[in-house]
Amino acid sequence: MNGNSNAQGKAPGVTEHSRVRRRSYLIGLFYAVVLTLASFWASSTDLVYAPGVPVLLAVLAIAQMGVHLVFFLHISSAPDQTNNFLALAFGIFVVGLVVFGSMIIMDNLNHGMMPMDRLMQMQR
Amino acid sequence: MTLFDKTHVFFETACLLASSVTCGFATLAVQRRNMLSAFPWMVATLILGVAFLGMERAEFVHMLATGNGPSRSAFLSAFFTLVGTHGLHVAAGLFWLVIMMLQIATLGPRPMVWRRFFCFGLFWHALDIVWIGVFTIVYLGAR
Repeated sequence: MNGNSNAQGKAPGVTEHSRVRRRSYLIGLFYAVVLTLASFWASSTDLVYAPGVPVLLAVLAIAQMGVHLVFFLHISSAPDQTNNFLALAFGIFVVGLVVFGSMIIMDNLNHGMMPMDRLMQMQR
Repeated sequence: MTLFDKTHVFFETACLLASSVTCGFATLAVQRRNMLSAFPWMVATLILGVAFLGMERAEFVHMLATGNGPSRSAFLSAFFTLVGTHGLHVAAGLFWLVIMMLQIATLGPRPMVWRRFFCFGLFWHALDIVWIGVFTIVYLGAR
């Protein structure tokens, strides 16, 4: 494992100090529990301005994903993590292309679709 | 009359989050070549994963029984596809975990085996990250 690790950087989750890592899982668990509770609370509360709830949920979800990446997958911007970081960035890029590309295509199809009442008439 | 039971989803989330942490502890134990402490954490991960799948299955059975199957609406088609695919991946992960337990028991803590276990850990944590998106958008977004 250590032979080629200098050239290629470290695989995610590989560190020498296991005591530090154990604590990082517990810190991550704490943050994740708090954020999960917060998002379940946000989804059923009247205290938050209703149209703002989806934004709040999105913020909480992205924060929790960040917590998982940092404390569970140990992704950081350290020099020996460059490969992992770039792989993650590329993955997010591809997922973004697929998701938003699909949304644009579906919106386009919806735009080009015949109005529903005309469609229903033709089916008779 | 709501489609989803939020406490049910909350306990599903709790199971998956806890299994992510136990999987992390198992990874640490395997890294230290401490098989005696690795196995209980792996078993805990397995049990929590099976509990998650069982709860999801119960939810699906209940929805189908009350007439909310995938053919009822576009939302439910998407729901069953998305949540079902995540569940399939969890099932595949559990299968992988069982194989890793067998390999660690038979092949011992050689580098090849613990690298495979690392890969399983990455897969398992990634599944948990995907679940954050699923429960936020599907269960909490559709209020």
